[in-house]
Amino acid sequence: MIKIDNIDKWYDDFHVLKSCSLEVERGEVIVICGPSGSGKSTLIKCVNALEPVDSGRIVVEETDVTAKGTKLPLVRARIGMVFQHFELFPHKTVIENLMMGQIKVLNRSRDEARRKAESLLERVGLSDQADKYPSALSGGQQQRVAIARALAMDPIAMCFDEPTSALDPEMISEVLDVMVELAREGMTMMVVTHEMGFARKVARRVVFMDQGEVKEVAATETFFNNPETDRAKEFLSKILAH
Amino acid sequence: MNYNWNWSVLFQEPYLGWLFSGLQWTLLVAIAAWVIAFVLGSAIGILRTVPNRLVRTLAAAYVELFRNIPLLVQLFIWYFVVPELLPEELGLWVKRDMPNPEYVTAVVALGAYTAARVAEQVRSGIQTIRKDLVNAGLAIGLTPLQTYLYIRLPISYRIIVPPLTSEFLTIFKNSSLALTIGVLELTAQARQIENYTFQGFEAFTAATVLYLVITLLVVLLMRLIDQKTRIPGSVGAN
Repeated sequence: MIKIDNIDKWYDDFHVLKSCSLEVERGEVIVICGPSGSGKSTLIKCVNALEPVDSGRIVVEETDVTAKGTKLPLVRARIGMVFQHFELFPHKTVIENLMMGQIKVLNRSRDEARRKAESLLERVGLSDQADKYPSALSGGQQQRVAIARALAMDPIAMCFDEPTSALDPEMISEVLDVMVELAREGMTMMVVTHEMGFARKVARRVVFMDQGEVKEVAATETFFNNPETDRAKEFLSKILAH
Repeated sequence: MNYNWNWSVLFQEPYLGWLFSGLQWTLLVAIAAWVIAFVLGSAIGILRTVPNRLVRTLAAAYVELFRNIPLLVQLFIWYFVVPELLPEELGLWVKRDMPNPEYVTAVVALGAYTAARVAEQVRSGIQTIRKDLVNAGLAIGLTPLQTYLYIRLPISYRIIVPPLTSEFLTIFKNSSLALTIGVLELTAQARQIENYTFQGFEAFTAATVLYLVITLLVVLLMRLIDQKTRIPGSVGAN
């Protein structure tokens, strides 16, 4: 469903992504890991063209995201995105955060958008926070709202950019629980994360990146038990040690 | 100092009428100029943040041109030079037939100058917004224009209320320069009362008090706007 085909990207003279390719099937959960600066976040942001690529192609369900003239807003609306720092709209209440895209992009009526938003808030366990502003919520709550905001657009796939790395340790599980549930319902997910427990639980495959390259793509158990590359072995030994 | 204090002149006609007429012109100049400054300044400030480099450069050129020339010089250029540079018929109309030429010129000059300053506030407000917050808007399918309408501008205007307050105050004070091209605003009327009565201290005290009243009202108004629109949880919010 998502086909990343040999993409390259430069920031001035820094080569962030080097001929990266990856295919994600419908309903598949893929975890992308690797040391910081390896290009994981950039890769995931290329999928909905928040970062343009310099060469190569990305196709999402027949739509070439990288082609000139593609209506990007329509493509993006179908791919949910969750950011490291939540990025809720601070001047809007929680429920308005969930309604904005539905009204402005999908042209749903206010009532329809509100009903959808309310049911999603209930799903992430935040019905009682609907009329608060994001700043009044804890990090874990904000991230759950951010997930609900993305789901409000009825996405065909979800991208997560280190969704738990800005959270206090005790709030990580409340966000991961929502993500696990989503994965079990069959959502197609690309998740950049260092939460290896989450990866083991729901990921079908793990992608290991280093220095802008996709070094290894392997079935989850294979990756953890028997990584192919030395760099992945070293990485795993460091993050699984603690 | 041998000075004959006589506060009562301030309450005699025609001097009382002059003061109020001056006050009225000060308000008319400043508020009309502020409308121009706010609208034009917002547009230019926004254009300074768009992806197109040519547009950004032109907007930056406007800002640098108008904020780096003394306001008094600008006022004289608008009044004495610009009409000569216009196409002949339009120039003649401006010089001969345009109603209230001093007033119009003062408003345009003050508006264009303050617009450059407002543009800088608007630009910096927009640029304080994190890239990923804008990305979050794009990710739910908003167009770049919609991210301005629903995210960038609503947030940045709330942030810049305090610096805009200063610009709004300054425009009232700068409006006094309009007297140099013959607008009989508050300062000009105070000077006229001094010329007629030799009671300069009283006249300028009255002008000072009136300016203070205006600016304090502006401060109150802007504080109210700030409180009403402030984003909960932002810096300084209760």
